[in-house]
Amino acid sequence: MGLAKRVLQGDVRATARLLREVEEELPGAIDELKVLYPHTGKAHVVGITGAPGSGKSTLIDVLIDAYRKENKTVGVIAIDPSSPFSGGAILGDRIRMQRHATDEGVFIRSLATRGWHGGLSKAAANVIHIMDAMGRDVILVETVGVGQAEVDIMNFAHTSLVALVPGTGDWVQTLKAGILEIADIFVINKADKQGVNEVEVELQAMLQMGAPSAAAWKPRILLTEAINNKGIDDLMEVIRQHRESLIASGRYEAYLRERSRLELVEVLKSSLMDRVSRMATEDDYVEKLIDDLASRRVDPYSAASDVLKRIVQEGKF
Amino acid sequence: MTSGRKLRILVAKPGLDGHDRGAKILARAYRDAGFEVIYSGLHQTPEQIVHVALQEDVDLIGLSCLSGAHMYLFPRVIELLKENKAEDITVIGGGIIPVDDIPKLKKAGIKEVFLPGGSLKDMVDWAKANVEPCRYGERKE
Amino acid sequence: MFTQRTLGQVRKGGNEWERELERSVEQKPERMERFSTVSDVEVKRIYTPEDVKDTDFARDIGYPGIFPFTRGCQPSMYRGREWTFRMFSGMGSAADTNKRWHLLLGQGETGLSTAFDFPTLMGYDSDCPRARGECGKCGVAIDTLTDFEILTDSIPLDGVTTSMTINPPAPVLWAMYLAVAEKNGIGWDKIGGTIQNDMLKEFIAQKTLMLPPKPSIRLISDTVEFGTKYVPRWNTISISGYHIREAGSSAVQELAFTLADGIAYVQDVLERKKLDVDSFAPRLSFFFNSHLDFFEEIAKFRAARRMWAKIMRYRFKAEDPRSWWMRFHTQTAGCSLVAQQPYNNVIRTTAEALAAVMGGTQSLHTNSLDETLALPSEFAVTIALRTQQIIADEIGVANTIDPMAGSYFVESLTNEIEERAWEYINRIDDMGGMLAAIEMGFPQREIADAAYHYQQQIEGGEKVVIGVNKYSTGEQVYPPLLQISEGLEEEQIARTMEVKRTRDNRKAIQSLNALRAACKTDKNMMPYVLEAVKAYATEQEICDVWRDVFGEYRESSVHL
Ligand SMILES: Nc1nc2c(ncn2[C@@H]2O[C@H](COP(=O)(O)OP(=O)(O)OP(=O)(O)O)[C@@H](O)[C@H]2O)c(=O)[nH]1
Ligand SMILES: [Mg+2]
Repeated sequence: MGLAKRVLQGDVRATARLLREVEEELPGAIDELKVLYPHTGKAHVVGITGAPGSGKSTLIDVLIDAYRKENKTVGVIAIDPSSPFSGGAILGDRIRMQRHATDEGVFIRSLATRGWHGGLSKAAANVIHIMDAMGRDVILVETVGVGQAEVDIMNFAHTSLVALVPGTGDWVQTLKAGILEIADIFVINKADKQGVNEVEVELQAMLQMGAPSAAAWKPRILLTEAINNKGIDDLMEVIRQHRESLIASGRYEAYLRERSRLELVEVLKSSLMDRVSRMATEDDYVEKLIDDLASRRVDPYSAASDVLKRIVQEGKF
Repeated sequence: MTSGRKLRILVAKPGLDGHDRGAKILARAYRDAGFEVIYSGLHQTPEQIVHVALQEDVDLIGLSCLSGAHMYLFPRVIELLKENKAEDITVIGGGIIPVDDIPKLKKAGIKEVFLPGGSLKDMVDWAKANVEPCRYGERKE
Repeated sequence: MFTQRTLGQVRKGGNEWERELERSVEQKPERMERFSTVSDVEVKRIYTPEDVKDTDFARDIGYPGIFPFTRGCQPSMYRGREWTFRMFSGMGSAADTNKRWHLLLGQGETGLSTAFDFPTLMGYDSDCPRARGECGKCGVAIDTLTDFEILTDSIPLDGVTTSMTINPPAPVLWAMYLAVAEKNGIGWDKIGGTIQNDMLKEFIAQKTLMLPPKPSIRLISDTVEFGTKYVPRWNTISISGYHIREAGSSAVQELAFTLADGIAYVQDVLERKKLDVDSFAPRLSFFFNSHLDFFEEIAKFRAARRMWAKIMRYRFKAEDPRSWWMRFHTQTAGCSLVAQQPYNNVIRTTAEALAAVMGGTQSLHTNSLDETLALPSEFAVTIALRTQQIIADEIGVANTIDPMAGSYFVESLTNEIEERAWEYINRIDDMGGMLAAIEMGFPQREIADAAYHYQQQIEGGEKVVIGVNKYSTGEQVYPPLLQISEGLEEEQIARTMEVKRTRDNRKAIQSLNALRAACKTDKNMMPYVLEAVKAYATEQEICDVWRDVFGEYRESSVHL
């Protein structure tokens, strides 16, 4: 039986293996993805980002608990950076979620950023698809930091959470980095600590300045103490409200279209790049073109058109 | 762009002892050798360890136990892997382990046992020489 | 410490020596580019009066038994009484351990020290599913008072002192000891010993975890208060650097984090119990590691006493000199032993033990040569005990007090270690104290980094481990090892079931309910624990009450 079929049956081993194959872009993985794609689009995807140590993993741990109490199955994707020196990584997010390790209704997968630049969001999108196809009701995605790559990943989430903590000042920087626009819910975690009010007040002021008043959903601010399991009921409720508002306002459809567009562009970009670099190594067609460019026999635009034509003739990537 | 294949390793501490110096150092050494290491924290049951190994699709599990309970815990991990048809995942162990136990552990399916004082390089080299990123269809499932 | 004239001579001689040196190094370069201690504190070629010119004899060195106690805490030190030979032991069943205790006492051991198995250390009974495979494996299994009665059978509780290495369930095991003494008609004022009872270092290093930090600290303060009132010769806490070092810290980190833990405990007792500092401070005890670097360790011990004296006197305003002194137990470094050529471990332990003695320890455990492989066999533990006895009686190091004092190197290193440790303590103070620092993961991260650094130095050959990265033969020689019977787990479970079956169940349950109610007040919990223990409630039943009321703690910051 093919991997995709077994994924559809909820097989853990097959899913884990396919995730790996997709992540490593092994031949054949794309074909399995094609089988799965029609079965995706059912899960609710919640993205969580925020500064290191803000409590994202701990929040996911208590959210898993809450979703399981509602009898929903959960998938978790925990993304951690790879070492720029060795390319290796230590993936430790799931330590905080280990009490769910033996729950069949919870599937946790750690992902290293590897060398991907723009590619990270494509890989994350595929991982989301697979967990979705596997039948997870909710998929929680943890990314660290607030760079462009994280913003891109958050674009694949239906509901985006940004975790902040009082008293550190980090959160101001977080907002500067363009997170303000993508956050649906701000979670001020570690509310047991000093300085909660200040963060809340400043955040509120910032939101009032920034947000267009006509928006159907106004970003909400919630306080939680993830380690003490406090504030989670409210958080669950607001996540639910956000989802409902997406659907009720008709923005869900628009959102899905936007997401599909994004994905298409991502796939095109990376596949084209991939194909071009393979051409460069497989035959010396590109090398010749470069020679022509260098000696000014041809201009870069015509050369690029040539390349595209050739790819089109082949009919596939 | 192909990001290449990477060895995925689970470093796990079964049992009740909390001595994680070795496990943490090993995790770092594996990372510095370019592997992806999942560390699942202290006080793990064999059931938890095997679930993590399956979900994370690891190629190697490194068990570290200093409490003396290895004769129950290590073989139990192997047993559970078999139950889940995942015996292709390589398992190694380390810790305070009487030498007399080593052949017994190997017989139970632990591929290699490392004792205190052993060098990190040996452990990294062992992984490089004996484990490959596994792939669907390439090995028996 | 020196006149200008002497210092002038020192400099003059130094110049001459440097010229000689230059010539000699040119011909034959030094073995290494950089020499450093095990903890990687750089060591210079030579130390002279110049390095200790700001040291003041009266202020910094002085005399033993007198502030600042740099040279020792009693005026006569080992000339009066040797340190206590205290071998950490425990394995298998209570009866097995009792037998080992009698053996050791027969061979001249002077204090008992109990190793418990992991289920006992974590507050689980032997029949708990999480305890599978662990029973009796690295210490003795104790579930109920019955086990404890067997453990202490024919041991004169008023004649020896007993140390119990137990942390989260410390009140339970201590209550068992008190109950047994009571049963044997021995007054609590006649018994002496130590419970480790140091949770902060568990969060930092050893990770024997049960309750969150706040209730953990409350339990500790309860025992300190109870001991102060009713068990005056008991050390209710042993503030431990040992495990911090075993987790891979440097000597400076071990010292600094241990003192910072001590500060946190004193502060809590003062605030929570409103006790006078001098009423309990004299019974605070410490526990350090003695690692391989001979001089670094001696300097660490000397700095430790001097720092604690200052902390108690100036920071906490204690007035009783006995509040200023730091008494400590030492164990040689388990983490310095290796499985390769295991007989060499005897030599390592000897050097470490010697450092502990030169550093003025009050009691000492020497590791057995086979401890990287199993619990010590009788053969191995006897050599370990004899190592101490030879140091005490044959080689003359116990004849005079603090023989290292005045060494330019040792005094300078003592100063340097103290200085670096203060830096850490100040940083921790700035973070809001040790609890806050632990929550931020600060000590954990520092230790993990140091551990990795040391390991890399070994891998790179900068630090030598004989038999591992130098003179390794590949051939394996193993000593005969201790075997723990596989049937033990079943026997132990059966005994506990039997106790549960035959006890007065109503009384046991009532005592547990009373404890639960006490948890929710700010009453001292010790009397309730005592009642529960005497009603043969099991260790886990008692700990479950706490876990239930206060929540179970899971490791929160993991630094890789
Ligand atoms: N005081 C307090 N600490 C918390 C709370 N939630 C989480 N923490 C602690 O914050 C630390 C970091 O938590 P994580 O969940 O690992 O944070 P993270 O954002 O996932 O961290 P990275 O993945 O390393 O970026 C841990 O020590 C948690 O125990 C809270 O509500 N209050
Ligand atoms: Mg995390």
